[in-house]
Amino acid sequence: MIQIQDIVKTFSTKGEDIHAVRGANLEIQDGEIFGIIGYSGAGKSTLVRIINQLEKQSSGKVIIDGEEIEKFSSSQLRKKRQKIGMIFQHFNLLWSRTVEKNIEFPLEIAGVSKEERKERVQKLIRLVGLEGRENAYPSELSGGQKQRVGIARALANNPSILLCDEATSALDPETTDSILELLDRINREYNITMIIITHQMEVVQKLCHKVAVMSDGKVVEEGTVKDIFEHPQNEVTKRFVQTVEGKNIEVIKKELKKLYPYGQVMRLGFTGDISNKAIIADVIRKTTLPVSIVNSNITHSQIGPMGVIYAHVSDGSEAEYREFSDLLEKEGVKVDIL
Amino acid sequence: MNQLLEQINVDQMIIALNETLFMTFTSLALSVVFGLIIGVLLFSTQSEGLYKNKILNAGTDFIINVLRAIPFIIILILVIPFTKMLVGTMLGAKAAIPSLVIAATPFYARLAVIAFTEVDKGTIEASKAMGASRFEIITKVLIPEALPALVSGICVTGISLVGYTAMAGAIGAGGLGNLAYLYGFARRDNVVLFSSTVLVIIIVFVIQGIGDYIVKRIDKR
Repeated sequence: MIQIQDIVKTFSTKGEDIHAVRGANLEIQDGEIFGIIGYSGAGKSTLVRIINQLEKQSSGKVIIDGEEIEKFSSSQLRKKRQKIGMIFQHFNLLWSRTVEKNIEFPLEIAGVSKEERKERVQKLIRLVGLEGRENAYPSELSGGQKQRVGIARALANNPSILLCDEATSALDPETTDSILELLDRINREYNITMIIITHQMEVVQKLCHKVAVMSDGKVVEEGTVKDIFEHPQNEVTKRFVQTVEGKNIEVIKKELKKLYPYGQVMRLGFTGDISNKAIIADVIRKTTLPVSIVNSNITHSQIGPMGVIYAHVSDGSEAEYREFSDLLEKEGVKVDIL
Repeated sequence: MNQLLEQINVDQMIIALNETLFMTFTSLALSVVFGLIIGVLLFSTQSEGLYKNKILNAGTDFIINVLRAIPFIIILILVIPFTKMLVGTMLGAKAAIPSLVIAATPFYARLAVIAFTEVDKGTIEASKAMGASRFEIITKVLIPEALPALVSGICVTGISLVGYTAMAGAIGAGGLGNLAYLYGFARRDNVVLFSSTVLVIIIVFVIQGIGDYIVKRIDKR
């Protein structure tokens, strides 16, 4: 378990204080994929660097499995860091080393014997799917392949924690998906605790179990991915949730209102198991109102499929519309009338 | 052309060439070793460095700047007592080595710092995150990642040293510079002047050529 308690980090440069983190508290369970989302400058990268002490906090505690990490001696800290893998937005590979040698690097540092290193590297190359590229240099690889090397390198010493600092932000959507799948598989196979720093809500939705939203150096909202998507409280969280639905809700509202000036447009939110049931069909059968689906967006996440459907109902009275939305709500659909 | 070649005292030329090569490469080797050490010291004691140390950094920086500011011809004269103590004489190729090293070491140290500055900070951060010690970061990350720039720095320093040996030659260190000055200039022997100049040019071209080839081979960026 990782406990982050009252972490404050202030950078002082040229007499000016920059408050990167202003009192952050988090608790991350073993084996969890924990997302930390926020806009740039929210302090999320600083916070993750405090976990492995690349940055020293101004005050507060980081406790990993009951040990206060800032009390470690420098050699204890180096040993601990070997068990905390880290991957980066710009991969940070050594260009002077081949794929194989890059992955071998943390093993050299840990003092693993040469034969064991070779064996381990082969295993890792298979794990991340880079067979045949062992002797390539980073400059000869695509972004996705570079991140795979980064992941293999981070896993070399069998860490119990993996820190991912904007690991997919420099990749295209398709490559992002393949890297997220790889991380998900690694989490399942090795039960590694993952902390995912990102500004992309899709990453949180597809990969994370829990998420904390950071803004201006503080954790403004925290919970399971399901809760955050269904009931975003904070303004920043709401903005992030909207990005996944493609266009901004307000824009969609306006467009649909213009297209359908009569009747009612409803926004139906689905999450988890209920997405698999034929709720819409059932409810439509029970009503006499003409229902048409005018917009929808369904994506797949750690907690099952989730999405939104915009339905237009017309030719009815207020009471009939109410009845229709009640039917949906009874099935667990979240209904908003636009 | 044959007539011209006959006028050249080949033995004298070869001796002078050997002296120049000896002076250049001995002092280059020593300057690179010392320069690299000082370069690492300067780079890692910077305010963002691995062994942050303001006083050591400012002190080293000051000494390097002073040495680099003194013209080589002055260094030659200033170093004479030190050379006498170290080598026993102030004449000959060996006696030129201390002053050549003193002039080239700060030069190479600066080039090394520039090379280290260009190493991606992210790779150093990643190495820290992997639990590398500071010494491992220097030997396994900083120097290998800066290698192409360090090698082209060796070339630049070597070529400067060829020029310095000619100057040292003029005040009694021997070599092609000595030959060109003593025979070519003082005795107005244009053939010697011309042929020693051509040899110096060839040495410079060969150093640059080898350097470029090595850099191309090791640069995997």
